[in-house]
Amino acid sequence: MKLKGKLLFLSIILLVLAALYLIWGLNPDNLDYALPRRVIKLISILMVGSCIAFSTTVFQTITNNRILTPSVLGLDSLYAFIQTFVVFLLGSTMLANLGGDINFILSAGLMVIFSVVLFKTFFSKEKRTVFSLLLFGVILGTFLQSLTTFMQVLMDPNEFFLVQNRMFASFNNINTDILYIAVLGTMVTLIYIFRYTRELDVVSLGRDSAISLGVDYASFVKRMFIVISILVSISTALVGPISFLGLIVVNINRQFLNTYKHKYLIPGSMLISSIMLLGGQLIAERIMNLKTPISIVINFIGGTYFIYLIFKEGRLS
Amino acid sequence: MIEVKNMDKKYGTNKVLDNVSLKIERGKVTSFIGPNGAGKSTLLSIISRLMDKDSGQVFIDGKELEDWDTKELAKKISILKQFNHINIRLTVRDLVSFGRFPYCNGKLTEEDWQQVDEAIDYMKLKDIEYKYLDQLSGGQKQRAYIAMIIAQDTDYILLDEPLNNLDMKHSVEIMKTLRRLAEEKGKTVLIVIHDINFASCYSDHIVVLCKGKVVEKGGADDILREDLLEKVYELDFCIKDINNNKICLYY
Repeated sequence: MKLKGKLLFLSIILLVLAALYLIWGLNPDNLDYALPRRVIKLISILMVGSCIAFSTTVFQTITNNRILTPSVLGLDSLYAFIQTFVVFLLGSTMLANLGGDINFILSAGLMVIFSVVLFKTFFSKEKRTVFSLLLFGVILGTFLQSLTTFMQVLMDPNEFFLVQNRMFASFNNINTDILYIAVLGTMVTLIYIFRYTRELDVVSLGRDSAISLGVDYASFVKRMFIVISILVSISTALVGPISFLGLIVVNINRQFLNTYKHKYLIPGSMLISSIMLLGGQLIAERIMNLKTPISIVINFIGGTYFIYLIFKEGRLS
Repeated sequence: MIEVKNMDKKYGTNKVLDNVSLKIERGKVTSFIGPNGAGKSTLLSIISRLMDKDSGQVFIDGKELEDWDTKELAKKISILKQFNHINIRLTVRDLVSFGRFPYCNGKLTEEDWQQVDEAIDYMKLKDIEYKYLDQLSGGQKQRAYIAMIIAQDTDYILLDEPLNNLDMKHSVEIMKTLRRLAEEKGKTVLIVIHDINFASCYSDHIVVLCKGKVVEKGGADDILREDLLEKVYELDFCIKDINNNKICLYY
C-alpha cells in the first residue's frame, strides 16, 4: 500500500529525529540530569504536535476550508484571558497555589463550554454555514485580547512577567504539571475520533451530501467542536499558543498524502507536525543555542507558506 | 409514498411554503416547476431533512420524518443539490463509493463494490472512473454525482435542478437516465426543473408551485395550459403538440 509506505517513511524520520534529540550532546557526566528532562520535553513536543495537527485537520474538514485553523474560534485568546484574569483578580500566588492540573481543568472546561455555547448560538439547521460562527469567534477573540491587554497594563510588573511567560509558545518552559493529564486527554480523544474517521470522510463532501448519506450532521459537528476545543486547550496549556503550525502541517500533509481518507490524513498530519516541531526545536535549541525561539522559526515558515497558498489559490480561480 | 401535510416554512417574515399538502406516487418521475422563489428547492430540502420545517408533517412510507433513524433514512431517500463544491481531491470511483456509506459505514464489501461498478456502468463513466473530479466537465461531474446516488440505491431520489449548467445533449441524457431509473428500477424520482419542456416530455407528474402554494398538479396535459402558465409565470405562452408532447414557446 502506497499510503502506508508514506506513513512508515514519516514514522522513520520522526524516530531518527527523536533519537537525535535524546542522544545529541549526551555524555556520562550529564546523563542523569539531561536525559529525563529531554524525555519529558520530547513527550510534550509529540503531544503538542499531535493535538495541533489533529484539531486542525478535523476543523478544516468540518468547515470545508483549507486555510482555517481552530485559532479563529478565539480559543487561544480565551486561554490568555483566563490566565490573565486569574492573576489580575487573585494574584500570581493564587495561580501558583491553584496547582497546574486544576488550572488546566478549569481553563479546558471553560474553553469547551465557550465553544459549545458558540456552536449552539450560531450553528443551527437554519444558519447553514459555519461562517457566522467563525466571524463571531474572530470578533470575540479580538475582544478578549483587548481585555487581556487592558488587564496586563494595569498589572504589577512582576505578575505581568509571570503571565507573559505563559503566553509565549516555548518548549523550554513546558507546563510539566499537566503532562499526565495532557497525555491521557489526547489518548482518549484520539481513540474517540478514530472510530469516526469514515464519518469525517463523508463530512468532507459537504453538509448536504453528508446528511443525504445518513450522517447526523449537527450532532457530529458539535461533538467535533468539543473534541477540537479539548485538544486546543491541551496544546495551549502545555506550551502556549502556536497558531500557524496547524495550517502548514495540514496543507503539507494533504499535498504529500494526496488522499481524502482521514484514516491516513490524521496520523500523517500528526507525524508531520511532530517532525516539524522536533526539527524546529533541534534547530532552535542545539544549532541556534536558544537565541531564536521556536515560535519564530515556525511562524516564519508558516507565514511564507501561507502567502504561497494565497497566490496559488488566486492563480487557480 | 411520500406525503406532505400542511407544510409551512418562513424565512424571517417571508413565507416560502404556505400550507403545502402533496402526495407523491411511487415509481414515477415527478417534476416541480414554478418561478424563482416559489419554494421548490425548499420543499425538496425539507422532505430530505436538509432543512427544518416550521409546521406540518412529512411522511415517508407512512412514517413521519422525525421518527426515522437518519442512517435508515439514507437507505430510503437521497438528495442531490444544485451546488456541489468540494475541497478535496476525489476520483469518480471514490465519489461513487461514498454512495454505499449508509450500508457499510465506509467499509465496502465485495457486494458494495459490485453496486459501485454497476452505478458507474449505468452512468457510462467506466472510461473516466479514475479521473479526479476537478478534471471533469460540468456534465461529467453531474453524471458522477448521479452515479453516487444510484449506488446509494434509495427508493426515492430527489434532485435539485439536475440540468443546471448542462448543454442540451447532456440534459437529454440525464433526463433519459432518470426515466430509466423509474421504469427499470422502480425508483421514485423528484426533480426541481426550470425548463418546462423537459418537464413535459420526461415526467409522469408535474407539480406547479407559485409563491409557496401548490397551484396545480397532474400530468403534462393538465399542466401545459396557456392560461395556467401565463398566470404563474406572467409571460405569454404558446403551447403546441409536437410528436405527442406538449411543447411551449415563451421566448
